Amino acid sequence: MAGDYNKDEKVPAIKLTAMQYLVAFILMILVSGLWRLQVLGVQNYRALAQANRIRKVPILAPRGKLYDRYGRLLVDNYPSVTCFLVPEQARNLESDIPLIAEGLHMTPEQLRAVLLRYSHRPKYQPIPLQLDITPDEQAFIAAHTNELPELETIEEQRRLYPSNGFAAHLIGYVGEVSEDMLDDPRYAFYQPGDMVGRSGVEESYDPILRGQDGSRDVIVDSHGRELGSLGIEPAVPGKSLKLTIDLDVQEAAEKALGPRNGAIVAIDPHTGEVLAMVSRPTFDPNQFAIRIHRNEWNKLITDPEHPLLDKAIQAQLAPGSTFKLIEAVAGLQEGIAQNTSVDCHGGASFYGRYFKCWIAARHQGHGITDISKGIYQSCDVYFYTLAEKMGIDKIAKWAHRFGLGEKTGVDLPNEAAGIVPSPEWKMRNYHQKWFAGETISVGIGQGALAVTPLQLARAIGGLASGGVLKRPHVVFPDQIPPDLKQYYQEQFPGSGDATVHIDPANWEIVTDAMAQVTTFAGTAGMAQLNGIDFAGKTGTAQIVSNAYKAGAGGGKKLSDTAWFVGVSPRRNPDIAVVVLWQNGSEGYFSARLAAQVIEAYVNKQRRNANNLPLIVDKAPLAQPAGAKPATAVKPTAIEVPASAKGVRKVAELRNSPLSPATHTVGWKATH
Amino acid sequence: MRRFLSYRDFDWTLLSFVVALSVISVFEIYSATLHTKFVNFDQKQILWLIGGFVSMFVLSLIDYHILLDIAVWAYGICVISLVAVLAVGTKVLGARRWIHLPGGIHFQPSEWVKLILIVTLARYFTNLGGRDLTWRDIFKAMAMVGLPMLLVLKQPDLGTALTYSPVLLCGLFLGGISFRQAAILFLAASLAIVPAWYKVLKPYQKQRLTSFMQPDNDPRGSGYQIRQSLIAVGSGGIWGQGATHGTQTQGDFLPIPYTDFIFAAFCEEHGLVGAIFVLLLYFLLLMRLVQNAQTAADLPGTLIIMGVVAVLIFQIAVNVGMVIGFMPVTGIPLPLMSYGGSSVLFTFLALGIVMNIRMSRFVN
Repeated sequence: MAGDYNKDEKVPAIKLTAMQYLVAFILMILVSGLWRLQVLGVQNYRALAQANRIRKVPILAPRGKLYDRYGRLLVDNYPSVTCFLVPEQARNLESDIPLIAEGLHMTPEQLRAVLLRYSHRPKYQPIPLQLDITPDEQAFIAAHTNELPELETIEEQRRLYPSNGFAAHLIGYVGEVSEDMLDDPRYAFYQPGDMVGRSGVEESYDPILRGQDGSRDVIVDSHGRELGSLGIEPAVPGKSLKLTIDLDVQEAAEKALGPRNGAIVAIDPHTGEVLAMVSRPTFDPNQFAIRIHRNEWNKLITDPEHPLLDKAIQAQLAPGSTFKLIEAVAGLQEGIAQNTSVDCHGGASFYGRYFKCWIAARHQGHGITDISKGIYQSCDVYFYTLAEKMGIDKIAKWAHRFGLGEKTGVDLPNEAAGIVPSPEWKMRNYHQKWFAGETISVGIGQGALAVTPLQLARAIGGLASGGVLKRPHVVFPDQIPPDLKQYYQEQFPGSGDATVHIDPANWEIVTDAMAQVTTFAGTAGMAQLNGIDFAGKTGTAQIVSNAYKAGAGGGKKLSDTAWFVGVSPRRNPDIAVVVLWQNGSEGYFSARLAAQVIEAYVNKQRRNANNLPLIVDKAPLAQPAGAKPATAVKPTAIEVPASAKGVRKVAELRNSPLSPATHTVGWKATH
Repeated sequence: MRRFLSYRDFDWTLLSFVVALSVISVFEIYSATLHTKFVNFDQKQILWLIGGFVSMFVLSLIDYHILLDIAVWAYGICVISLVAVLAVGTKVLGARRWIHLPGGIHFQPSEWVKLILIVTLARYFTNLGGRDLTWRDIFKAMAMVGLPMLLVLKQPDLGTALTYSPVLLCGLFLGGISFRQAAILFLAASLAIVPAWYKVLKPYQKQRLTSFMQPDNDPRGSGYQIRQSLIAVGSGGIWGQGATHGTQTQGDFLPIPYTDFIFAAFCEEHGLVGAIFVLLLYFLLLMRLVQNAQTAADLPGTLIIMGVVAVLIFQIAVNVGMVIGFMPVTGIPLPLMSYGGSSVLFTFLALGIVMNIRMSRFVN
């Protein structure tokens, strides 16, 4: 029967009491642990809890747009969507691959290759699958949020540049900030992965264009899902800039230069405003706006023609005969040229060496030549003689006065300074003595003399303006916020604004001779423009000696550099144009290109005067990628978009091996 | 023999503590599952609790001496069911702990084994008749607990297996183990830990046992749970974040906040004050149980209640210790707080036996 147990036997009371004390002791230990965490550690753990759940999501500031001087759109932004894959959120990634690949217009193999590339990453980090996806791809992702929870999209603003490399060098492009740049104090406020202007106006005006990213504090759960929002610090959009560029002139210059290698730059000599700037070969900055393919980038930087180089400010070449204008002013101001006259028989001997005049190739001579004929006929013998009489120091002095051998201070990055040779310069750089014969070469703009097209435009534009030289610039100074004015003055040092004293009589002699150049008496008679006062000077600069050229069997690559510097009207011009056509053979070919730009400008001014509408309404912008035909992106092209840092996870993605480095390629064509 | 049981003798005080803890449990489960897919677990828990209370009342009517009589048979069935789990059980999260019964009921025998072990050991030590324990007696008791313990360990379910040990320790202590024997056993156990560590435990078990000491070493791995738990408890402060406002709990940072880490969720939302209140309820409950043990009519009654006390304080110590970083993560639920049918039923059946023992105290 149940209950047959000894009633007298008992557990000693002390043992039960001991158990009670044990229970009390254990609970006290637990309370002490709670005390340690909840009273002593509360600050620390509250902070950790906040860090757990609050995430700062940046709000990207839209970049400022660029307009031409009449407010016509030059660079726009467009919303672009990037598709990411978060492996952690996938239910069965392997079985989803065919569907994802189909929806994003990739092959399953490409998709697997992308996933493999990122396979070493933690599963919660998103993998960028497709940048700049099309509307139908977006629709696909939206329609499959339940089946494919691993797909996520981020919208961001991307740059939309003109197509076909229109004004590409002037505008520049944006790219991810590079490691090197982050070390530079100028970029102290940039985070790795930020988009930053890497060239052209985009680079030099980045502080104004970029605006200031805002941020949003969001509450997230352990899966990163947003549960709510705490506060918003709105983004300050970048300021749009009005450039001094005139789209009509730019377009005329683009058309004039066409596919030729070289550069055209047009400025308003009254103010230094750059009206047009073209460099060839060009590149498509839209490629950089997403992410440039590795092989496209390699192609750009290894191209022997240096497409990324802005030749208008970075090509340093012998100016050839265009330099004769500066030498003529120098000779007249020094009082030497007035009394100098030569009888050209196709050449002359100086310091025991025979120097040919270009006319010798036609088995002719210029005959009796004074300063005026020397200019419009570009007589080499005249300027050899003038150079001999003046000496290298005086030539160098005047070249420096006109800003050669020094940056102009244009508000664009990486401007080249050019070279004005002199005995002192040669000793400093080569530790060699100056040979007198070199003075003769410099007299016709050859030898070690090297200029950039923009330097030449400033110098000749200023010369035609009676010696008033202006700092060329591409952004109106009133567009720069007052607090940055100082910065921009210091950022672009150069010859800037300067006045060179030229006697009115001398000024008239030279400018009249320049006007003669485009008549049938001059070297660029074919470039004459009816009804337009078009003056200028041709220049043909050898890049190798004639003997070498003959030995190498000629060939286009060794052809002479064809220069033309033109102004209109001849005195106090409204426009100065410099055309650099590499391997263009003859300066008067360039003159015809310059004439097209001048003509377009003058016609435009006349339309303006008659209140006729502008011809071009905006730059020929590229198609936003949303409308592009859906083509699969090669896996190598897929990289983390820097500006997609909007999402926490994306911020962790940044390590771009593809940051285009700033290209300061030392480049000089004079061999 | 005449039986006379009256609900006047039912331990209403004890019941009030149990009800208080159960209510707190339901509210905290509600809060902890508010934004998860387990959103109706608080209602399910109410059903389990109703089942628990009914079972408790039913069991309180059954003379515990009957349980003592059938303990041998029950023990045999226990062992067989544990073997059955290993053979035909359902694998959940890598461990075979459950048996699927017809009608969609999941059955976890290892929880029930606890109860049977308490009764079996009470009977065993009572039958020794109060004499001093011989080594033979001790080893027999160890074998009785050790067999199901090894079977559960094999599932593998380290946590539940460990909850059997307080039954043995308590039995030996109250059964009359001498100080010398206890010292020798302690020494032997300490020496046995070393080979057990290397041979018996699986790597993940070892990792779980050690990561609580340095949770920051592996914040995304095994230290994650401890770390999130500490943050939850610590950020509760003195007064707590308020019900349903614990960011760690609501943001799903705290792992399984409705079962193993429910105390962390409670501490976050109700602070030190709430935590001490709950621990105080446990203290009162346990003290009441010990009091009932003291007043029990006979030795097996005392031993059974103290076995229940031992299991409860062990689970409280290990679970709360885990939540505040004093103990490794072992997956032992907090009695009367954690969600789960098996755990609820064990606790209430145990309390049902306790009720019967109390009501029988004046019998005869």
